[in-house]
Amino acid sequence: MAIAVPSPQKIVIEPVTRIEGHGKVTILLDHEKKVKQARLHIVEFRGFERFIQGRPFWEVPVLVQRLCGICPVSHHLAAAKAMDRIVGGENLTPTAEKMRRLMHYGQMLQSHALHFFHLVSPDLLFGFDADPTTRNIIGVAKRFPDLAVQGVMLRKYGQEIIKATAGKKIHGTGAIPGGVNKNLPIAERDGFLKDIEQILTWSRGALKIARDYTVEHAKDLAGFGTFDSNHVSLIRADGAMDLYHGNLRAIDARGSKIFDQVDYQRYLECIAEEVRPWSYMKFPFIKSLGPEQGWYRVGPLARLNTCDVIDTPEAEAARQEFVKLLGGAPVNVSMAYHWARMIELLHSAEKIRTLLNDPDLQGTDLVVKGTRREEAVGLIEAPRGTLFHHYRVNEDDQVVRCNLIVSTTNNNTPMNRAVEDVARAYLSGAEVTEGLLNRIEVAIRAYDPCLSCATHALGQMALIVEVVDCGGQLLDRKARGGGTDAE
Amino acid sequence: MPNRMLFIGYGNPGRLDDGLGPACAAAIEQMHIPGVTVDADYQLTVETAATAAQHQVVVFADASVAGPEPFFFRAVEPAASTGFSTHVIEPEALMAMTRDLFRAETKGYAIGIRGYEFNAFGETLSAKAQENLAAALRFLVPVLRDSSFNVALTKGAGELPAEARNRS
Repeated sequence: MAIAVPSPQKIVIEPVTRIEGHGKVTILLDHEKKVKQARLHIVEFRGFERFIQGRPFWEVPVLVQRLCGICPVSHHLAAAKAMDRIVGGENLTPTAEKMRRLMHYGQMLQSHALHFFHLVSPDLLFGFDADPTTRNIIGVAKRFPDLAVQGVMLRKYGQEIIKATAGKKIHGTGAIPGGVNKNLPIAERDGFLKDIEQILTWSRGALKIARDYTVEHAKDLAGFGTFDSNHVSLIRADGAMDLYHGNLRAIDARGSKIFDQVDYQRYLECIAEEVRPWSYMKFPFIKSLGPEQGWYRVGPLARLNTCDVIDTPEAEAARQEFVKLLGGAPVNVSMAYHWARMIELLHSAEKIRTLLNDPDLQGTDLVVKGTRREEAVGLIEAPRGTLFHHYRVNEDDQVVRCNLIVSTTNNNTPMNRAVEDVARAYLSGAEVTEGLLNRIEVAIRAYDPCLSCATHALGQMALIVEVVDCGGQLLDRKARGGGTDAE
Repeated sequence: MPNRMLFIGYGNPGRLDDGLGPACAAAIEQMHIPGVTVDADYQLTVETAATAAQHQVVVFADASVAGPEPFFFRAVEPAASTGFSTHVIEPEALMAMTRDLFRAETKGYAIGIRGYEFNAFGETLSAKAQENLAAALRFLVPVLRDSSFNVALTKGAGELPAEARNRS
């Protein structure tokens, strides 16, 4: 659909389809109908920090799962890691740490699989310009049914791992301050072991699709939402990728270290957040570089860029090929997120296999405690990137302060950059084509943002395109989604 | 032979009336209706299609933002949707996956219970939402027990069975 409107104008796309929750894209044109600025508005509800004040600290790892129905395990574990320190129990028993890691790799597996098979594969298999009514998972199910089933079954396997380690699918209670409340019985372990080779096979297949697509389209993708940036993630003491625990490392666009092996209890010395009037979401940045130069990427691409090695053999081989074929680390191509994500998918499957064969999972020493603290930070590499939980607890065990920086917030500026880059490349004049809308979605989707802090309910899922003039007057509106087209 | 019925309530119980679906599922679960498997989640996800395919009927319960009061009840026909995000999918898309991926002939129905308060954190339902939930349960229980979906579909939201009208 073409929309011709007088300039200056704003073109508003709301919400973005096939991205979690709700978002809105505004493209602001100048008087010459060139892109002046593009903004991704994310409706992030920021009341949680207040909601949790006054609650007993031991409830927090369960309560925080109410933040997000997409990644409750990540919030559960990040909060538990903070509360470990509150009770002086951060040196977990082997059983506790391995149960948590199993939970986390299960989460990583299911989240990455779901994102790739069901959000991304339609774009890669059918092309960005394919009809949106077929460029979706139902279209994949009809044309590539085996692939679609693999996505579902990978997701289901990861969910079952979560259920076995967290106790239940929603409001899991597995991680508690200082440890876990259960181990993994032999019978459950054997059930997972029975299927793990199949999971690995499917993971290798997914990695191949992402790798082949990226290599085949490398030239085009290099000009699509690509820009230099800093990268931040947790890193193990020896420089290896570690998705559950480590210290903070930041590198610049050329790979030079900005800071390294920083204890995340001191994250406020390195990271700050900026508020901008047009967005509910904050804009984090590296303090030493300031808000203009210090913004950074997190998530699979950043993790592949920051780490020196991956400690599972197949994922490490894939990482080396990734670095070699994309011109050496760090890679700054937004669409390379998909390949990086599938390397992590395989890494998670390898980790799950190793853990399932570890008898520590059947141990009975589950909880440790030590000297009580009043303040603590918990960090984890969630599927979408680094997740910060920071709490202060009073002598009555009540939470009195809470600050969260969620993964999607960390990627706020990069997502805006990606949208603007695509808008500059594909929007000319005032004509908003389906191709442009699709490409904006594709660019944002590379970051796998989770916008589900907004509630959702029947009747709320649609893509709405609004044209608004600079005075805020609505000039045009188009809605798409929910199974039907609506105006 | 597939199981008789899957009842799944979804929504975020930490977001006030968004928790209507899980609250409905919890209430149904306590009734131990024969042949009814009850599940609850934050939202529908793709693997729910695999579970749905193992049942003859799936009933979705969710909060409704702007639907009729106290609730609506309708059949869910399989349909592709350009509007769903696949960490969160709509009942129609889920039924399409059940049919196209798992070759199942599962029938789908949805009950949308009207809620009012969504934009805050909190673990309680609003008073009006609680009333609507009670009405929905009075309507649902005989329908689930008897599989009387065709009869249920003939009732508009304002034409509830006697059991649903008889509020205390």
